[in-house]
Amino acid sequence: MTMNHHISEPMLMAYAAGTLPEAFNLVLATHLSLCDDCRAQLAACEAVGGALLQDAGSVAMDAGSFEACLARLARPTPAPRLAAKGLFPAPLRDYVGGDLSAVQWKPLGMGVRQAILTTDKLATARLLYIPAGHGVPDHGHRGIELTLVLQGAFSDSTSRFGPGDLEIANEDLDHTPVAEAGMDCICLAATDAPLRFSGLIPRLAQPFLRI
Amino acid sequence: MSEPQAETDWTALLGQVRDTQDRAAFALLFRHFAPRIKGFLMKSGASAALAEECAQDVMATVWQKAHLFDPARASVATWVFTIARNRRIDALRKSRRPEPEDLPWGPEAEPDQQDALEMAQETARLGAALAQLPEKQRALIERAYFGDLSHSEIAQETGLPLGTIKSRIRLALDRLRHHMS
Ligand SMILES: [Zn+2]
Repeated sequence: MTMNHHISEPMLMAYAAGTLPEAFNLVLATHLSLCDDCRAQLAACEAVGGALLQDAGSVAMDAGSFEACLARLARPTPAPRLAAKGLFPAPLRDYVGGDLSAVQWKPLGMGVRQAILTTDKLATARLLYIPAGHGVPDHGHRGIELTLVLQGAFSDSTSRFGPGDLEIANEDLDHTPVAEAGMDCICLAATDAPLRFSGLIPRLAQPFLRI
Repeated sequence: MSEPQAETDWTALLGQVRDTQDRAAFALLFRHFAPRIKGFLMKSGASAALAEECAQDVMATVWQKAHLFDPARASVATWVFTIARNRRIDALRKSRRPEPEDLPWGPEAEPDQQDALEMAQETARLGAALAQLPEKQRALIERAYFGDLSHSEIAQETGLPLGTIKSRIRLALDRLRHHMS
């Protein structure tokens, strides 16, 4: 998979530090499963964490803590999460409870569908299904919106985004992503503030759609 | 018994834990890393009791996941950091941490000793570079990692030499993918 749009440096560092909302982590972990370039850059950012830990002031452990730790070794070892066959990488599969066929879509009108994934409340993650040639209603956002293409492609005023590409849109961007003709587009998106639709009807519908 | 200092020793000790469930090797790792994990968690806002509990738990995970550690892609300190970070998200934020797919290496892809050594040296070099940053810049990086700096406040340019580490890891990943296919 050749990708042209990757995770920004500060965003990778925040992911390495573990300070992002869960919904953002989900989108990034999904891209990282597909992109060894970002995976390598992440590992470099994690090395900064390792260096800080090595240098961090230590605080003495309680008496008997080593024995208490040994007592924990009896619990079962978690199995590695390997690359899955299908459309969704393992982290996304964990949240959906399976691959594409397991998604519980809700219609948004005009053939566009979404499925909200359960994460902590700091941000919202959703899968979006946009029929080939259709657009997502015009929207701006107060916060940051991450959009990762899983299938098909979309274009907006800034660029074209194909499979594996990640768009990081800030609040200045008022955009209308349009799915390319030929194949329906499936994206994983996360926002840390509710989207703002320009049209009146979608705005009225927002509380019901949780968009 | 004196405490081993070089990073390569940590790698060897973790290898003993992985291969022979060596408790003496694990005790040395525990003595070095557990108090640092506790300090890291307390700096991030955990109480002493919670940090103690989590540090024990992180070290238990180190034992259990020793077979997943790849010294060509991370130093022991870096790997321990990632486990501690995930435990912190669980404990302090009460939220899950979505992680990329694991890339374990089978016996046929056993990492090269030389790669592991160079990775350890690069991490040591990074530590030295971090120590030499101007105080203000270093403080910002610490805040980013210990938890109260948002991603939009993180500078595009950290002033840290991450390029070499990145290219080494990229090569290790290419080799791994080659073995997996
Ligand atoms: Zn990437």
